[in-house]
Amino acid sequence: MKRAVSATAGRLWPNATALVLAAGFVFPVYWMFSTAFKPTRDIVTDEPVWFPFHGTAEHFATAVHAPHFWTLAANSVLVTVLAVGLSLVIALCGAFALTRMRFRGRRGILLTFMIAQMAPWEVMVISIYLIVRDADLLNSLAPLTCFYMLMVLPFTLLTLRGHVAAVPRELEESAMVDGCSRRQAFRKVVFPLLAPGLMATSLFGFITAWNEFPLVLVLNKEPAMGTLPLWLSQFQSQFGDDWGATMAAASIFAVPVLVLFLVLQRKAVGGLTSGAVKG
Amino acid sequence: MAAQLDDAVGKAAPRTGKGGAPPGRRAPRSPGRGAARPPAGRAPRSAAPGPSARRTPYLLLLPALLATAVLLGWPMVRNVLLSFQNLDMKELIQHLTDWRGTGNYQEILGSEQFWRVTLRTLVFTAVNVVLIMVLGVLIGLLLARLGTKMRLTLSLALVLAWAMPVIAATTVFQWLFDSRYGVVNWLLDKAGWHAMAHYDWVGTQLSTFSVITVLIVWQSLPFVALNLYAATTTIPRELYEAARMDGAGTWQVFTSVTFPFLKPFFLATTFLEIIWVFKAFPQIFAINEGGPDRLTETLPIYAFTEGVGNLHFGMGAAISLLTIVVLLAMTAHYLRLTLRQERHEENEL
Repeated sequence: MKRAVSATAGRLWPNATALVLAAGFVFPVYWMFSTAFKPTRDIVTDEPVWFPFHGTAEHFATAVHAPHFWTLAANSVLVTVLAVGLSLVIALCGAFALTRMRFRGRRGILLTFMIAQMAPWEVMVISIYLIVRDADLLNSLAPLTCFYMLMVLPFTLLTLRGHVAAVPRELEESAMVDGCSRRQAFRKVVFPLLAPGLMATSLFGFITAWNEFPLVLVLNKEPAMGTLPLWLSQFQSQFGDDWGATMAAASIFAVPVLVLFLVLQRKAVGGLTSGAVKG
Repeated sequence: MAAQLDDAVGKAAPRTGKGGAPPGRRAPRSPGRGAARPPAGRAPRSAAPGPSARRTPYLLLLPALLATAVLLGWPMVRNVLLSFQNLDMKELIQHLTDWRGTGNYQEILGSEQFWRVTLRTLVFTAVNVVLIMVLGVLIGLLLARLGTKMRLTLSLALVLAWAMPVIAATTVFQWLFDSRYGVVNWLLDKAGWHAMAHYDWVGTQLSTFSVITVLIVWQSLPFVALNLYAATTTIPRELYEAARMDGAGTWQVFTSVTFPFLKPFFLATTFLEIIWVFKAFPQIFAINEGGPDRLTETLPIYAFTEGVGNLHFGMGAAISLLTIVVLLAMTAHYLRLTLRQERHEENEL
């Protein structure tokens, strides 16, 4: 009897805590979306309206019709996808060399990337601005793409190192014994096993590049040459009191990442459980 | 959960298996490995390191190194040079180079403001990282105890918070903490704290920092919690069973099994969180631009405000270099540990 009671209590507390925590983590996201759909009279109230019963899309219309929205959205997608794609390819090569091979200067190179990971881009905008200005590349997407690529690269490389190390060397070696070249062994055996790892790391990269703010703030001042973070921050200073429109703008900015996260998450689960490598 | 799950397996497991855990814990892995790779299997690789094979690692690393050198090294060098110059609006427009020697540094190191900002940054980083690590670990351990459904629910909530883009999250928090219609003030008022009914959160240093801390901790916890949970799944069950048999309680199981086994995970995560919190820029900048009265400026914001905001580019560059020095000093211990561990692993290669 006593046992049963304590067993129920033992499950009750973790579950209750988990529910409260889940609510706490979701609430800001929920509040963003629900505010975006509420008519203004339900936003500016003394009692919060918890659910948008009189849903409206007018705030989204305001956001989408704000100047340059579509151009900047296209810029953001282009820059982010290019930066993440490039950094994945470059990082994978590097991670493979650093995990699987032994060579002179290996530790020095590793340290270089660890320090590169700490690079405070936020405070280097001044010198970057001067370099880009001297190259006459202000207000263009090329420098943004390059710098975002490098912002993502060290983390991608160092994390992929762990993923490469988790692929048993024996698999590769037996493929090579079976007559594959090192490159074939990599393509046919190692790469498929790395896919979930690549997806997981690319999520981080995606978030970093999609979010970057200080650099684009300084480099791309021309209204049509920025990215969405810039658009959102300017939108907010312009519509700051219009919380409905501001939350709609924030939602539009957040949705691609939220969706990508949820979709890729599931893929990565499948990849992990089906890859029975860990034994 | 998958990405993190996977990430932690990638990040924590291999490192744990190799360098971090005491030799005894590696036992299950090592024999398997040794058996699968008899000495003969090793021979071709070490016997034939031709000139092209010797070049392979460098070729593979070339793009990454080249990109780092050009895109990071060059701005870095430029930044160092800049920190010895007097570069304000006039010099910038007329393309003048006005060397100042160590003048910028003398001015900064002699100013009270710099030391105050440095101390503030250290305290800010420490408070946030401790909160993130302690709460993150607790939530991670909670995830391990939950049933499947509840674990999925909490994981999903964590993933949503994690995936929120920083600028969007900052905007939402400004709305949550809005003085007039913010839901936080409404809740505090309803809970009986009526003084908070129209409280202006960005009015004082402490309250502004509170909002920033809640925002940063909310966004950072998922990374630690989900990765910790995933990492605990790599701990052999026998270790837990053995500990329980010895009559260990929850806390003792944590200190005697979980913590030692996941030590590399704790080190790596703390290191990353220190860097991320220390460098936090959009959160602080977007909430109140370092105000009120520049009281919430941390080193990155300080460098940005001096350099870009007040158009003292040379001074800004000098502050940014000092910022890098502080960050390196904070993380030197971890860098040293990792390099030492790499040396062990290199000997195994």
